[in-house]
Amino acid sequence: MLRFTIRRLGWALPTLLLVTFLVYIALRLGTDPLASYLRANPRATKVKIAQYKSVNGLSSNYVLGYLNWLKNFVTFNWPRSIKGSREVWPALKDSMVNTVRLGSLATFVGVTVGLMVGMFAALKPGSRRDVTVNTAAFLGISIPPYITAVLFQLLFAVYWSRWFGHTLFPTSGVYPPGHTGFDLILMLKHMALPTIVVAIQIIAVYSRYMRSSLLDVLNSDYMRTARSKGISERQILFKHGVRNALIPVVTIAALDIGSIIGGLIITENIFAYPGMGMYFLSAFDTGDFPLLMPWMVLVVASTLMFNLIADVSYAFLDPRIRLD
Amino acid sequence: MHFWIQGFVLTEFATISPKRMAMRRFLSHKAAVVSCVLLAVMVLAVILSPLTARYGVNEQVRKPPNTFLPPQKMAWFGTDEIGRDMYSRLIYGIRVSLIIGLFSALISTVVGCVIGAVAGFRGGRFDDVVMRVTDLFLAFPFLVALLVVRNTIGGIGWLTAIIGDKSSPRFVVFLLSFFGWMGVARIVRGQILALKEREFIEAARAVGATRRYIVRRHLLPNSIGPIMVALSFAVVGSIIAESTLAFFGYGPQAGDGGTSLGILVGAAKGAVQSGYWWIAVFPCFALVLISLAINFIGDALRDATDPRLERGE
Repeated sequence: MLRFTIRRLGWALPTLLLVTFLVYIALRLGTDPLASYLRANPRATKVKIAQYKSVNGLSSNYVLGYLNWLKNFVTFNWPRSIKGSREVWPALKDSMVNTVRLGSLATFVGVTVGLMVGMFAALKPGSRRDVTVNTAAFLGISIPPYITAVLFQLLFAVYWSRWFGHTLFPTSGVYPPGHTGFDLILMLKHMALPTIVVAIQIIAVYSRYMRSSLLDVLNSDYMRTARSKGISERQILFKHGVRNALIPVVTIAALDIGSIIGGLIITENIFAYPGMGMYFLSAFDTGDFPLLMPWMVLVVASTLMFNLIADVSYAFLDPRIRLD
Repeated sequence: MHFWIQGFVLTEFATISPKRMAMRRFLSHKAAVVSCVLLAVMVLAVILSPLTARYGVNEQVRKPPNTFLPPQKMAWFGTDEIGRDMYSRLIYGIRVSLIIGLFSALISTVVGCVIGAVAGFRGGRFDDVVMRVTDLFLAFPFLVALLVVRNTIGGIGWLTAIIGDKSSPRFVVFLLSFFGWMGVARIVRGQILALKEREFIEAARAVGATRRYIVRRHLLPNSIGPIMVALSFAVVGSIIAESTLAFFGYGPQAGDGGTSLGILVGAAKGAVQSGYWWIAVFPCFALVLISLAINFIGDALRDATDPRLERGE
């Protein structure tokens, strides 16, 4: 177990380096950092340009340039953004905090509701409630998140206030413009709609996973054994059924982080929520290389980390899995 | 339950061919049959767009004032910000989106089949490399990977001659195929790996069949079920990906009066805040309908071609 974890950890670092190198190349080819710098600072002096190139590792040799960038990145000597010469870390940190807040809330709501709904359906396969849950999950998977978001905006930004005379859920930002300080209720109200949009996707996916996983478990031999021992149905369901059904679901949960981040980017943009999605899209629009690289590293590193957690927890939860 | 009974009855007719059995199972999936009819109607409406569309793609319904008219007799689905008929634009938009979805799904399925089959059958170094590459791409959020690669290959001069400008539908087809083949390749590879060890393959090898022959005559035809399912989901995936790109302004561009479902849904983003519900509701509804219909068909295909699923699900 320990050896397996260490070996996987040992692989993670080279993978991360390789992926960031590929990202570096793709961004240099795709956004042309020098051209976008000149676009943002048309009157930059030769000295400034040379400084920009060296601090970002933009030499014509990609390998050397990458190593140069890496050195600056690791020593926390981060270049400033091309537009307005802002510090990158504070902006990245703020957007990260906002996204983790939204993402974890949505994941928590989505996974809890999804698991319960899937369980509810699996207990009576083929019944009317099973069919209803299946159809609803199908709808949830088929509707892309931005459509739900747009329809929510229409409903809550326009019609709710027209019909009921007050705003129930605001449709943009974390706080109203001009607001200072921390206000939990106000924040939750702003987060309600984006959370629901992201959670709907998660609920749809997890209820299906949970349903099929629990059905598999309920039909297995050890469930019959447990029943023949005379344990109560309730104990059978939770101690033997749900526990075993959760094994594959946990793995999928950790692997799914990429698609959750994708959903967040879309949702944040529509609800003007100042998270990593907004950060990425605005930086990508201006081709802001100093802003984009740390973002990419963060996203890739967290994806790799969750993949690692998935593998290790899978092996941990199910001892039958051979590790080599 | 339903399928179980169906399967039970079918076992009594020992002479029924697997193809007909699959067909019967498909037809017993009511939602899929309805979806087929719906899609057929939609495809017909789109092909016959000179007849079904009431106005040209850039034509205004009448002389100004004609902007943001609510749905009425003159414009069934209302008009947009420059007075164009939403119903006609929707038909043209669906046409572009269906073409993009279909072509990129076909290309990625063919490429995915070839790569997956070779990787699964050959194994070894090639297999390792292909699987690692897919892993790498899956480490990114799909939208981010799409945007970065879009810019990267869009900037390569000699490629634009072949795949068109960044804003052309042809380019979007290429871009979506670039990412689409990986999912199919994984499915086909898994299928081939499972089939490879079966007795009939051994038998074929024993009588001296070449590798190429085995892959083409035995392995691929036996994986046709999962491939079809993957194809249908690839169509939905491409249509949704196209509309996501267009929604953020990175899809095919509206120049020359062209449009697509994504462009129409993207236009809804601004219109909803002002309460023009028809701009948002009709394109969104069309997109959901298409994706739902194809998903149902894919689901039914899976049920129909996978004999192990007969009992439950």
